[in-house]
Amino acid sequence: MQPLPSAPARYRLEPGSRAMGVSLELVINAAVAGLLLGGFYAAVTIGISISFGMLDVVNIAHPAFIILGSYIAYLLNASFGLDPILAAVIVLPAFYALGLVVYQVYYLSFERRGQDALRGLAFFFGLLFITEVVLILLFGVDYRYVEAPYIGPTWRLGFVDLPLRMLVPCLVSLLLVVILQLLLTHTFSGRAIMAVAQDQLALQLMSANPIRIKRMAFAVSIATASLAGAFLIIIQPVEPSVGREYIGRVFAICVLGGMGSLPGTVIASMLLGIVESFTATFYGPSWAPAVAFGFLLLTLAIRPAGILGR
Amino acid sequence: MTAPLLEIRAVGKRFGGFVALDGIDLYVAQGERLGLIGPNGSGKSTLVNCICGTLNNETGTVRFEGRALDGLPANRRTHLGLARSFQLPRPFMSLSLADNLRIPLIYAVRRRSPLLVPPQELEARAVELLGMVGLDAKARRLPRDLTQVEMRKLELVRAMAAEPKLLIADEVMAGLSHSEIEDIIQLLLRLNAQGISIILIEHIMRAVMSFSQRIAVLVSGRKIADGKPNEVVNNPSVVSAYLGQ
Amino acid sequence: MRSWLFFCIALSIGALVFAFALFLRSDYLFFAGYVVLQFVVLATAWNILGGYCGYVNFGSAAFFAIGVYTSVALAKLGANPGRYLPEFLAGGLKSLLPLPIPALQLLAGIIAGFIGLGMGYLTLRLRGVFFAIATLAMAVVLQTLIINWDFVGGSRGAYIVRPANLALGPLAISYIEYLFLVMLLLAVIALTVARLIERSRLGYGFASIRDDELAAEACGVPTLRLKLIATTISGALMGMAGAPFPYYIGYVEPAATFGLPYAVNSIAMPMIGGTTSWPGPLLGAILLGSLQQIATVTISSAVNLLIVGVLLVGFVVIAPKGILGLIQDWRHARAKP
Repeated sequence: MQPLPSAPARYRLEPGSRAMGVSLELVINAAVAGLLLGGFYAAVTIGISISFGMLDVVNIAHPAFIILGSYIAYLLNASFGLDPILAAVIVLPAFYALGLVVYQVYYLSFERRGQDALRGLAFFFGLLFITEVVLILLFGVDYRYVEAPYIGPTWRLGFVDLPLRMLVPCLVSLLLVVILQLLLTHTFSGRAIMAVAQDQLALQLMSANPIRIKRMAFAVSIATASLAGAFLIIIQPVEPSVGREYIGRVFAICVLGGMGSLPGTVIASMLLGIVESFTATFYGPSWAPAVAFGFLLLTLAIRPAGILGR
Repeated sequence: MTAPLLEIRAVGKRFGGFVALDGIDLYVAQGERLGLIGPNGSGKSTLVNCICGTLNNETGTVRFEGRALDGLPANRRTHLGLARSFQLPRPFMSLSLADNLRIPLIYAVRRRSPLLVPPQELEARAVELLGMVGLDAKARRLPRDLTQVEMRKLELVRAMAAEPKLLIADEVMAGLSHSEIEDIIQLLLRLNAQGISIILIEHIMRAVMSFSQRIAVLVSGRKIADGKPNEVVNNPSVVSAYLGQ
Repeated sequence: MRSWLFFCIALSIGALVFAFALFLRSDYLFFAGYVVLQFVVLATAWNILGGYCGYVNFGSAAFFAIGVYTSVALAKLGANPGRYLPEFLAGGLKSLLPLPIPALQLLAGIIAGFIGLGMGYLTLRLRGVFFAIATLAMAVVLQTLIINWDFVGGSRGAYIVRPANLALGPLAISYIEYLFLVMLLLAVIALTVARLIERSRLGYGFASIRDDELAAEACGVPTLRLKLIATTISGALMGMAGAPFPYYIGYVEPAATFGLPYAVNSIAMPMIGGTTSWPGPLLGAILLGSLQQIATVTISSAVNLLIVGVLLVGFVVIAPKGILGLIQDWRHARAKP
């Protein structure tokens, strides 16, 4: 199933209809849906903005952590009726701890030895794979979904549809980004993380241990996956292989948004959300994955200065 | 006057807000020995990177044999006759010393079809080159078995293997003993006698003074002096910015 | 050893293996053996770009699928050319199709090679990381395209009819034995190509790119061109491995063809076996492939995939140079005084 809208019957273009009036509503709805989607994508990508954009750790297993978050939210929701977002917040410390462990293994095995990027990539790819297979073994390939009071209803502002299941995650996601940005710019640890992103040597001279900072930053990025996972399962039913669809999206947004910039990530997410929404509305939802790839290629072609190894 | 071999005009490079190079003008004549000195972080290696194409300068032009190098990738510049050693050695860790030299021998000197190798010629030449810096005994060894000093020598000889017209030696003498420094200087002088222009970047003033025909001084991304060694060394701004330390 | 000599020796070993399998008269052996040989090709092909050049391709499934769907498309076309082509073309085509498997492989190889070249041209100028991500995204895109392409069955899948027994000279062999032979030949070719590359100038160039691309550029190595060559050869071999697959399995559908097992195995096998030289992927493919064939039958296939994943992570963390590397280090340690 897709989180993307397909145009409700009254908005589909009929031959001979008054194309102007109808399509304007269609366009605006597609745009709004895109913005809501973009808000969600921001939550999904924020972790990568930190781990890849700032720390240069290619964590392609990030979507796997998100799916893990989805399943945990599902479990707590199905067993205790807990609201999924609340569940995610409760499990946040566990994800943070997981992030610490994963980074420690990564650091000891790869970064300290100065190994080529190939090994690090393979490591995370292995993690991605293992997570997906374990989830299949535990939960099977059926779609899972959560129950919450805001999943059904849709607000209607004039002719604009605002499905609550999209609106709530979008708003909480933006809140999350704002909180993170404040933490990064106003706390000592946050500023240390941003400094690490810019210049490791300078930080060492300031007698702050970059490894501790990086580990903390990476743990934060994994913690965001917990929330992103809750958002995901609110928006759409989830099964283990869903994560892979997001790899392309997440890196496309991260690169377009200027790597480590949080505001840039939000803007890029909105952009991708809108483009995907338009594609789904006018061409059909099954083309959505191709959009993300096109975006990625376009991004890589247009903004090489930020991403060449030079 | 014949056109200079290397001509650098108004070259500038920034990293974000940091200005690494600020309008550098420099030239190297055919067969000249130029010394390039300056404090750490003054932009010497950045300049080398811009000359050789590892980095792209944002402003200004670099001309080699009259031809503008803008936009040309590093390997094409090497084909044209530029070669450099890296300040922090970057050997090919999985290849033996001889094979490390094979790379420029194959790709800079003999640019033919990429398939079959006639092993004898290349091997012999590689070992001969290694012999010039006293590493021929370790020809079959891997770079991880080398000392820091030996790695710098490997860097130098790998640049030489490309048979350049202009060789840039970036701090190859760090950590060497008196006699080893003499050996390197003699080696570079022999190369120069064959017509190869050389830019020597060093902190060891004795070596720079005895080797260079001309010295340029870089401080904070700007060239503050450029002339005969004796003049430069007695230049007050040079003394205060660099030599006095 | 000259490459043609290697090729002949490998071919002879292959012939012996085939004869031995015939002697054992076990159909299961041929079915399982085909899969293992397929992985030998995929692992070797992956390693040309990944192990020799250091550029990770996560989209092996995509190149494999290009081969698969080339066969499917031609089979569909051959079944009813009149529907899709004008009269004069249809007639000519009908006499050509169905193409023999080797011809399909060649065609698939060319197409996959081209796509590899194109994708490489778009992404290889960037850091290896971005290339890797782009390959992953490309696999998703290709899968999307195939799902939406009804001609080859879309998401419903396609059935391919397997021809009856063949006569190969004096031998009358079953179709599965024929497929096994075809894949055996491809494996020998792949290994020969890999070995040829390793020992050539190309191999040195690849190694320099892998070790330090910046230094390689400074030494005059045309890195982009070499990477494109690697991507093309790698992609082409993978496509060639995919071409016979529809005839092997009888029914193809995108979810399984693009499934994670192909991507993971293409990476895990070389990394576990050893990425620096051609015996590595061969070793990894035989070991891991056989292990999986046994595990799929005795345990579930999901657990078997889990084992692969865990082994991959384990080796990458503990023994990054694979089994070959462990052997090399052991010999190096023994040789030192």
